Amino acid sequence: MKFRQAKTKISLKLIITVGIVTAAIISVYSYLSIQAQRNELLSQAELSANKLSETLKKSMHSSMLLNKQDQTHAIINASSEEACILEIRIFNKEGRIMYSSQKDAIGEMVDKKTESCYACHTADEPIQRLSFDERTRIYKIHPDSARILAIINPIYNENSCWQSNCHVHNESQTVLGVLDVKMCLKDVDAQIVHSENRSIIFALIAIALLSLIIGIFVRKWVEKPVNELVTATNQVGTGNLNYIINDLGSDELGLLAKSFNNMTNKLAEARMQIFQSDKMASLGRLAAGVAHEINNPLTAVLTYSSFLLKRVKNNPELEEDLKVIVKETKRSREIVKSLLDFARQSVPKKNNADVNEIINSSISVVENQISLKQIKLEMNLDKNLPQVKVDSNQIQQVFINLLVNASDAVIEKKGKISVTSKLANLSPFGTLQIKNAVCSKRHSLIDEEVKIDGMPTIKIKVKDNSNEGCINIDPIYGKNKSKYSLEIKDLDKVQLSCPKCNVSLTEKDANCPKCKSNIYSFEAPPYGMFEGCVNSDCNWQQWSSIDEAGVRDYIEIKVSDNGCGISKDDLQKIFDPFYSTKGQKGTGLGLAVVWGILDNHDGSINVESEAERGTTFTILLPVKQNV
Amino acid sequence: MVEEKEILVVDDEQVILDAINRIASAEGINVDTETNGKAALKKVSQKSYSLLLCDILMPEMDGFMILDELHKMKKQIPIIMITGFSTVENAVKSISKGAIDFVSKPFTFEELESAISRGLAYNKLLIKLEGIKSKKNNSDIGFVPCPPKYHRLGNHSWVNQESEGIIILGATNLYLEIIKDLKSINMIESDQRLIQGESCAEFITKDDLAHHFLSPVSGRIFERNEKLLTEINLLQKDPYFGGWIYKVIPEDIEYDMKYLTPCASDRM
Repeated sequence: MKFRQAKTKISLKLIITVGIVTAAIISVYSYLSIQAQRNELLSQAELSANKLSETLKKSMHSSMLLNKQDQTHAIINASSEEACILEIRIFNKEGRIMYSSQKDAIGEMVDKKTESCYACHTADEPIQRLSFDERTRIYKIHPDSARILAIINPIYNENSCWQSNCHVHNESQTVLGVLDVKMCLKDVDAQIVHSENRSIIFALIAIALLSLIIGIFVRKWVEKPVNELVTATNQVGTGNLNYIINDLGSDELGLLAKSFNNMTNKLAEARMQIFQSDKMASLGRLAAGVAHEINNPLTAVLTYSSFLLKRVKNNPELEEDLKVIVKETKRSREIVKSLLDFARQSVPKKNNADVNEIINSSISVVENQISLKQIKLEMNLDKNLPQVKVDSNQIQQVFINLLVNASDAVIEKKGKISVTSKLANLSPFGTLQIKNAVCSKRHSLIDEEVKIDGMPTIKIKVKDNSNEGCINIDPIYGKNKSKYSLEIKDLDKVQLSCPKCNVSLTEKDANCPKCKSNIYSFEAPPYGMFEGCVNSDCNWQQWSSIDEAGVRDYIEIKVSDNGCGISKDDLQKIFDPFYSTKGQKGTGLGLAVVWGILDNHDGSINVESEAERGTTFTILLPVKQNV
Repeated sequence: MVEEKEILVVDDEQVILDAINRIASAEGINVDTETNGKAALKKVSQKSYSLLLCDILMPEMDGFMILDELHKMKKQIPIIMITGFSTVENAVKSISKGAIDFVSKPFTFEELESAISRGLAYNKLLIKLEGIKSKKNNSDIGFVPCPPKYHRLGNHSWVNQESEGIIILGATNLYLEIIKDLKSINMIESDQRLIQGESCAEFITKDDLAHHFLSPVSGRIFERNEKLLTEINLLQKDPYFGGWIYKVIPEDIEYDMKYLTPCASDRM
């Protein structure tokens, strides 16, 4: 339940955050665009008003010069019939309305304090000239009414005016009067509201769509894989280490899923090993306990029966029967003894021995069985094997068990068993991973970001003349797939340092024994110093303490047969104690003992098998043991 | 009348006590039984038994503790261990702690019979030695101790380094004195493996009892003394030199040494 809450939170948080950010951006954008549109529409209205007022002024010019007042009235009246024009009037310098589209206003004085006049008359002295922008004004008569755009157009004194015959105006006047046109902005306002609404609707749709898309992708890319990962961790948490996450793609979560699968795999393997060891230990105790308990009744049976046997020498029939009892009781004694051997296998008594010799003596033990079944035996033993410290009897037991199993598995006359031994060099060189690396000031050099074969690398800063870069060293000792961010030219003068504190990582007074280039060195806790050649073409590396601890040379022994093979289901259980495919013939302890013996020798055993094709057991025995 | 022989058997399992009782009684031996160590020790201190047969794994007080207690009491009584938990280590350990022998469960009538006969013979020898000591006559101590540079496993077998990597082993004179009247010896094949404390040969006596011979070391038989097969008296005549039994390549002589007693300590 907790996981579910956390999971909804993360996608919800993402959606809300991204949603808020996009909403803010779109809102700001819409606000600005509405603003711009409004201004554009208004300035267009102003421009057209100006043009109208100029046109009016020019059309009335000639009738004014001729002082034809009727004609001027007629023009004003005709013009004011246009739908959007509220009023057209002309007043003289004193403010008396000379012409107006509203007849009753003619002759009235204009209040200089009204909005029509303060463009020029705010200062005490009226200004003579008015710029284009200052001529227009927008206002409302009362709050509920539509907005009104008024434009005043001063009528300046011109030569033709004062030279006209009517002599109404004299030369000294500059402004003769003002043409005032009032227009209704209802249409423009309607247009503005319309475009505002459109913008808002668009913004809302955009926000909704974006949120939806983000939601869908967050679900697909984050929520689903995270859900899957949470399910997987829950499964693993409850102990199901076989749970595998399906491929989640190649993004970070996909990689996480892959490494998660890898981890559970490793865990399952480790658990198998521990489980097996544990099972062996408890079975050992059980076997010892059973042996002890069974010994007492067995003793009674054996003593009484053997005592009876001694006293019935004159009764051959009874003697025969008793002999069977004694014989079978002795057999039980041997079984108990083998159980105890199984319980005691944990303490090998090791001494130097030749594995080939052990193989040969094991073969001589089972030779009878092999020749009886006319099985072909192929031997391919490496004569130059080193001696190993093993409990030769236990190892012999291993071979005998495997050989007996092999001869049981093959068909008479057609059977073939082959035994090979060789030295296998599974040294840490090429297999061991550097897991920790620090400079002399204890800064970690491990670079989790740059990986080679999926493993974090060791990052070292490189300075070559003036060029600076870095090397990401392959963490596998000796594998040398290191990545270089620059080409190093002076291999023996290059400066190597810690990327964090710049402390030198160049090995002083030492050069690569192979190519004489500079050597880097750092500590790889807990296994001491690690050194390597800076030359990307040279593969020299040295990890002294690991090398000293033992180049892991193994003796590899393979025992294969062409018998009936082992089915996949059985394959998982063959090393389990009391698991037998031989029915009444076997105790089911053979391979369990083998496993235990090799475990105690720091060795390992692997099995490959194909039904009807045969089985191969591969044993690895370390030449040098850790203890 | 023959002297009264009585043996004490200690085991926590009644059926074992009954079985031993049945067999010993048939041989004309009186058997006293006890199911726990403390009561057994009490009985030993009150009465003198000819032999003590003692189980190792018992609740409260185990066989080793009884051995230690008896050692503290300085009680001269031969003890034969019955090892139910038949690990060889336990057997060897009990011998190094002073038991004269052991039988491992489950045992046959014959195995028990021969063990009891050895125990009683040992007891007889002890009484004889007591007699010799009281006479203060040290010239004849009844048996020949093993040479000082040798090592021995209890009073059973001796071992000595013959040359580099090869050791030689045989039976002590004391053991041979106990089993007496040898008829023949059964040896195991050359090249076979020996385990310290496990039987590696059988001495057949004239009364047709088979007595096991415990190997003092673990190793592989390199050579066996074939002469003994035809000339069994060689054992009794020259137990420490001509009467050797096996030459062995030891496995881990240092490990085996833990349970061996240096013969030099016998003479101090």
